[in-house]
Amino acid sequence: MSELTYAEAIQDGFREAMRKDRSVILIGLGIPDPKGFFGTTSGLEGEFGKDRVMDMPCSENGMTGVVLGASLNGIRPVLNHQRLDFALLAMDQMCTQAAKWSYMFGGQAHAPVVFRMILGRGWGQGPQHSQALHSWFAHIPGLKVVMPSCPQDAKGLMISAIEDPNPVVYIDHRWLHHVRGSVPAGHHQTEIGPLRVAQPGKDVTIVAISYMVLEALEAAERLAAQGIEAEVLDLRCLRPLDREGLLRSVRKTGRLVAVDQAWACAGMSAEILACIAEDPKTPLKHPARRITLPDCPTPTAPSLAAEFYPRANHIVGAVLEMFGRGREPGELALQKGVEYDKPNPAFTGPF
Amino acid sequence: MLRIRLVEEAIAEAYPRQEMRCPVHLSIGQEAVAAGTAAALSRGDLAMSGHRSHAHYLAKGGDLRAMLAELMGRQDGCCHGRGGSMHLIDQSVGFIGAVPIVGSTIPIAVGLAFADKLRGQTKVTAAFFGEAATEEGVFHESANFASLHRLPVIFVCENNLYSVYSPMSVRQPSHREVFQQAQGHGIPAEQVDGNDPEAVFLSVKKARSRAASGGGPTFIEYKTYRWREHCGPGFDNHIGYREEAEFLEWKKKDPLETYRRKLFAEGRLTEPGEHDLSTRITAEIVDALAFARQSPEPRGLTHFVYADQP
Repeated sequence: MSELTYAEAIQDGFREAMRKDRSVILIGLGIPDPKGFFGTTSGLEGEFGKDRVMDMPCSENGMTGVVLGASLNGIRPVLNHQRLDFALLAMDQMCTQAAKWSYMFGGQAHAPVVFRMILGRGWGQGPQHSQALHSWFAHIPGLKVVMPSCPQDAKGLMISAIEDPNPVVYIDHRWLHHVRGSVPAGHHQTEIGPLRVAQPGKDVTIVAISYMVLEALEAAERLAAQGIEAEVLDLRCLRPLDREGLLRSVRKTGRLVAVDQAWACAGMSAEILACIAEDPKTPLKHPARRITLPDCPTPTAPSLAAEFYPRANHIVGAVLEMFGRGREPGELALQKGVEYDKPNPAFTGPF
Repeated sequence: MLRIRLVEEAIAEAYPRQEMRCPVHLSIGQEAVAAGTAAALSRGDLAMSGHRSHAHYLAKGGDLRAMLAELMGRQDGCCHGRGGSMHLIDQSVGFIGAVPIVGSTIPIAVGLAFADKLRGQTKVTAAFFGEAATEEGVFHESANFASLHRLPVIFVCENNLYSVYSPMSVRQPSHREVFQQAQGHGIPAEQVDGNDPEAVFLSVKKARSRAASGGGPTFIEYKTYRWREHCGPGFDNHIGYREEAEFLEWKKKDPLETYRRKLFAEGRLTEPGEHDLSTRITAEIVDALAFARQSPEPRGLTHFVYADQP
């Protein structure tokens, strides 16, 4: 075990996978840049060379097809996008080609490729650098979708994604890169599938995705002070979805709050609620709640963005309502003196 | 070429019986590009294609029984019935796949070549596509990358003048030839008669030597013509997008008949030889159709979604 940031854990995962298998390559616009792709690829070009840590043209769609082709021919590529929004240029290659390859050719060929993309937030990321569209990928049979929230899983899921014989979408959150945690050394894997119980509890299930797990844990701490024991589930894999893990928790608590930094309509939060609603053995004591984004694109202005993103306050408020306790007046008001457009006080921008 | 023609005609004949319940895009009239290209490739070389891929699959050596069973949606089809006519694959002969989204296999083929270069292999990949694929951004992205890394890939462009019913005049500027686009990416490119199998063979052979010796990609535009309708077994000269006269003009340039006359004139083909050839091919087609018809219906709807599933 060593203490690493989430970004260092991703880099550690890359290094372990690349040492183990010479066919693993990293490719992406800016992959060997001086900042090491937010620190997630620092030093790797020096260790593995330019052929395995490779910059690329600004050609997302074409290059997604290129790495798909390479994956059909003995290479295990990780295609990296600085923002998820850029990967959208390649929806055909990801969803219509790679995701279908195994099925449409009757299981004879497989595409062991990782599409890694970073979810932006804050510091003026605005309408086109912060779209949380993970549900699009989770919708597609043939893809696997992972979104780690802690350094240990950032490494473990990266190694599992690279070694998986299928196309895997790996989404890391820009606001998690600096988060520290203990990470097992060596070839550590996190199984793609099971959710993680981030904190056990018996009164209410809070299911959160990616960065929102941190907000959910903060909410759980504040709820505990009021005598409510929240169980926080980290939905680190969106596809395959650990439906049994969700049901197990909600059967125990009878209350559900789904937290997703994404739009509600047809999103992952809807899938989580549907999973419970469809199960005859999981009655709810109170209608389920969703904490998601307002129904508008991400605003750029810090003042607007501060109101745009849900926080622990919103989760606490929703849970208290479920227990028939009123909100404190002004509970959702923004705290003075806090800069809501950056991930931590030390951050001075830009991304 | 004769084998491709006879297979396609057999499909056209069987199709109205509704036993091939998928879109089919026949290659009749365009056989020379497939045959000439495949003859110039080595057996271990790779190829990919698009929606009109029967000729490319067969020329590369793809299994006929598996192709016809696939068209009939059977378990013994080359995709176990999951793909149909537009998704042919026979990896045992280096035919790595065909998909119908226009231009989408171009980057994938470039990726095959990229992997071969990374792994120090000496194989060459042929990417078959139509002229409309050069209108897709992904073609240019792929051409740029192939040129940048001098990848062992041959861009085999069949220009049959139409994208479904849309003529070149509404899609590309008349003062620029299709192959000139590749030159803009620093790729050696030329225009060749796509109905002359020997000209196709020689141009691909040259491109293959360049690719195999580290000289990078080549783009070849082959002028040719689709005889039948865009999709389906019939003719469509009467529906208004092209003239019967244009079709008849191209029919005079029939790649099979032209080459047949040449072979006879040069004494390389005799009547008994030709008869023997078509008899053998016809028997192979009869056998393959029978094989396909007796193949079971596929089972397991959700099989093959992931590599680690049955």
